[in-house]
Amino acid sequence: MTGIVYSDTVVHAAPAAFAEEAPYQVAIVQLEGGTKTTARIIGGERVKIGDRVVQSGSAFRKEALRKEG
Amino acid sequence: MRQVAVVGTGKTAFGAFPDRDLRSLAVEAGRKCLENGQARPDQIQAFYLGNFAGPSFTGQNHLAPYISTALGMKGIPATRFEAACASGGSAFFHAVSAVMAGLYDTVMVLGVEKMTSQSTARVTEILASAGEVSGEIAAGSTFPSLFGMIARRHMFEFGTTRENLAAVAVKNHENGALNPDAHMRKVITLEQALNARMIAEPLGLYDCSLISDGAAAVIVTAMERAGEFNRKPVRVLGIAQASDYLALDQKDDITTFPAVRAAARKAYELAGLGPREVEFAEVHDCFTIAEVIATEDLGFCERGEGGRFASAGCTRRGGEKPVNASGGLKSKGHPVGATGVAQICDVVQQIRCEAGERQLTRHSIGLAQNLGGSGATCVVSILGAS
Repeated sequence: MTGIVYSDTVVHAAPAAFAEEAPYQVAIVQLEGGTKTTARIIGGERVKIGDRVVQSGSAFRKEALRKEG
Repeated sequence: MRQVAVVGTGKTAFGAFPDRDLRSLAVEAGRKCLENGQARPDQIQAFYLGNFAGPSFTGQNHLAPYISTALGMKGIPATRFEAACASGGSAFFHAVSAVMAGLYDTVMVLGVEKMTSQSTARVTEILASAGEVSGEIAAGSTFPSLFGMIARRHMFEFGTTRENLAAVAVKNHENGALNPDAHMRKVITLEQALNARMIAEPLGLYDCSLISDGAAAVIVTAMERAGEFNRKPVRVLGIAQASDYLALDQKDDITTFPAVRAAARKAYELAGLGPREVEFAEVHDCFTIAEVIATEDLGFCERGEGGRFASAGCTRRGGEKPVNASGGLKSKGHPVGATGVAQICDVVQQIRCEAGERQLTRHSIGLAQNLGGSGATCVVSILGAS
């Protein structure tokens, strides 16, 4: 499943359960078909509004740039 | 429907009070309110409590009779209302509705929260339970991060800047510094706001309201009974509550709050006036971006213009539409369940011309907007001199 980043944030002050993972990025991703979901962004690369992302388990990662030609 | 008035107000100071428990804060506000309204406990026919998470913060449940009996009110209906950060506003809405409908003549609305006995990480977790726990919260969202995503999208669509948000923080701290009951009576600069540590990007420390303890109460009565209370009654001109999805990702557009727009439309209609006639407002600035969007959704400025409206000084005490002359949640503090009731106290205080150094020159019609969660509940109340 792929989608487009609708909005994002980087959480610095995390709840107790996720404190060790902070800072981490969370985004609202608009999926193909239009529905939106909130998910963690993984893979080490930050995303911004409009970026294409690919689902990876319950999270998303930035889609690798397609090779030209 | 009967005309309804607020005849008494009472508040504790807002702050971190390690020696005070939830009930002692509530009782202090309730007693001050009875005294201010010159009312006796036996004149109160029902007790409406606004409280978000007393059981999680303190372990005590069944809070409404726990507090009403401590105030000397025996046998009357006593009920707790929970609507996240709009718990206080919702209790007020239901109390006013019951008096309007003729169910009671005189009731007390009291809002309270005791938050500082828990660690910030635990408070963050409890507050997050006002979002959709199985979805956005499970993904690691916090309340600051939900409003961070709202801010990011607002910036993307309308060109709102961090400087615009900082202008809200600077203005609210400037006002709160004049409020003897405020949690953080401290003036801040634009640079301090911009350079503070990040909480949830793009929101920094000064974009976020405070974790506070506190309580506030009002007495609501039928206008024809107001004379018994020997205080300048303030009329409830219009009031409405509206709702929306809990989860941000369910909404078509996160840069506006449909529940705010719906509640405002209904409240304006009942009051027979519009945003132009509102002379000042207390709005729900849980985060600076929330105040920016509130000024748009309430019709004080055009959609997308809220940030520039703040930076232009329009919402300062001397501006065209003073917003949060009390200091707002930002500087006054945000004991969640108390907030919506405290906003009513602040509006009443301005209308009665009792706001001291914060007193506005135009103060006969005021609006209070109380938001729950990331917009799933909103209560808008419009009050006026009678």
